[in-house]
Amino acid sequence: MTPAAYTATEGGALLVVAIVLPVIGMLAIFALGLRRAERIAYLVLPVGLLVALAIAADVARSGAAVTYVLGGWQPPLGIALRADGLSVTLMVLTAVVLCAVGLVARGSFSTPPDKAEARSPMVFWTLILGLWCALNTVFLSQDLFNLFVALELLTFSAVPLVCLDGRRETLQAALRYLLFALIGSVLYLMGAALLYGAYGTLDLAGLRLLARNDLATSVALGLMIAGLMAKAALFPLHLWLPPAHAGAPAAASAVLSALVVKAPFFIILRLWFDVAPQPANAMAAQMLAWLGIASILFCSVMALRQARLKLMIAYSTVAQLGYLFLMFPLVMASDAPTAWESVGWTGGVLQLVSHALAKASMFLAAGLIAEALGHDRIENLDGAMSVVPISVAAFGLAGLSLMGLPPSGGFVAKLMLLTAATETANWWIAAAILLGGILAASYVFRVLNRAMAAPASDFACKASIPLYRELTVLGLAICAVVLGFVPLQPFAFLGIGRVGLP
Amino acid sequence: MIGSTTLYGLCATGLVAIGLYGLVLHPSPLRKVIAFNLLGSGTFILFGVAAQRGAAAGLLADPVPQAMVITGIVVAFAATAVAVALLLRLVESGGSTLEPSAPDPQDDRPS
Repeated sequence: MTPAAYTATEGGALLVVAIVLPVIGMLAIFALGLRRAERIAYLVLPVGLLVALAIAADVARSGAAVTYVLGGWQPPLGIALRADGLSVTLMVLTAVVLCAVGLVARGSFSTPPDKAEARSPMVFWTLILGLWCALNTVFLSQDLFNLFVALELLTFSAVPLVCLDGRRETLQAALRYLLFALIGSVLYLMGAALLYGAYGTLDLAGLRLLARNDLATSVALGLMIAGLMAKAALFPLHLWLPPAHAGAPAAASAVLSALVVKAPFFIILRLWFDVAPQPANAMAAQMLAWLGIASILFCSVMALRQARLKLMIAYSTVAQLGYLFLMFPLVMASDAPTAWESVGWTGGVLQLVSHALAKASMFLAAGLIAEALGHDRIENLDGAMSVVPISVAAFGLAGLSLMGLPPSGGFVAKLMLLTAATETANWWIAAAILLGGILAASYVFRVLNRAMAAPASDFACKASIPLYRELTVLGLAICAVVLGFVPLQPFAFLGIGRVGLP
Repeated sequence: MIGSTTLYGLCATGLVAIGLYGLVLHPSPLRKVIAFNLLGSGTFILFGVAAQRGAAAGLLADPVPQAMVITGIVVAFAATAVAVALLLRLVESGGSTLEPSAPDPQDDRPS
């Protein structure tokens, strides 16, 4: 059986632009001088957003995936890029979050003309562009080895962001993050080697046609998913995430929590629904869901116990990532004709998108609060409301999404997951979703309670925050809220281009 | 006699086992980095085995996995460089690289 041939579609060259544009920006920073890093990034960010929107419009208009075959070489020798509904959704999400982060980071990572070039501004902007290139490659690539390279690029861009300020704890957190990520990539690569040995191709469409339900395939997919679990911080492999995401500067934490951990999960989705022989292994699906439940419950309790705001948000990230893994048994048990027409799959994807928006907003708000107060101890947050009211409001709105209260994207996502869980009689999953919501409410209200308290008499504001930075953060939180008005049903757009097995 | 493919496969398994053991159980970060390299070598040999079996087109040997291994080696080299650079910074900052130090409760900076 020969693997399906790809036919390049008309707007396919835009996919290459989406990947190459951030790289051009990175090179321009090195070529034109590190001093101009911030300005170059501000040039690249809006253009990248426009490219992502153009691809999304193309997909929406044609109702089919946009494809590009690199150099005209067909897989298995060549590599194809393909943007389906899910990919472009995540690409637009990435561009929006990165633009918002870029606006909020304005000023914190610039080099004033009268000062010598410093390392951290240059590193921050180049790495943000590097991350963007890696994320777009993950979303577009159709080749398992190309995905490996993209994951590594993602790791090498993300790890130095963790230790930008060079403090000892952040260096340790970065090293731990790197080691976990490296174990993950080697396991992934091992799985890829086994798949290549068995089928002679690493192209996703080719594997979908060829995949047999045998031991080699199961072991290979198991290794790959285990490796990706370490990168996506699923319990009990989450140990690296809280110190790493809490230690990074707020702008970097926002990107790491909102986008970087979603990339390995996206590849798990691809492997599970596009490559694995169907029907998938029910025991593996149950195991992933149980680990997700453990993530939700354990890390929500840990979040409740944290004294520092950023550590609390980082633990909440692990808890919210747990919800994503609930979808596997829910989709398997559903009676929808295809996976992406099931409520569970849509709920999971919506959870991914709304968490990205809410968590980016929350980390940025926490960063502004810490900047204004000079610390981020939850116990001493009183007075935050009087100094940075918009940031506290953004924190609260983003919190709605994490708790799953209406109106918010998190509410719709969790309601869909809950509906799918009750429909398929997965009562444990339903209980975990409800309990996770209560725990999330406790840790969000704990912070809001302190932040709204009257300030102490000797209260002093450390720095004034420009209004546009606060408004950007609020804008992200409002995006997460607006997602709450989508209809409660599977979206046709997310299913565009998802050919494959029923 | 076992064939060379099986022999290489067993070598790969051995390297992966040693590497995984070191990566999970050694407390010292430098040893973990070395163990990661062993683990990587095992995986690259696995690609070599796939190449020798000529899985793609029934050829005598398949050149594609070798291209992948070269890319993989470059990536592993870069990973090692980043890890060693982080370790050096950690050593420069003083103290042992083994145990994470407890956060200073008086530290006022946002963590």
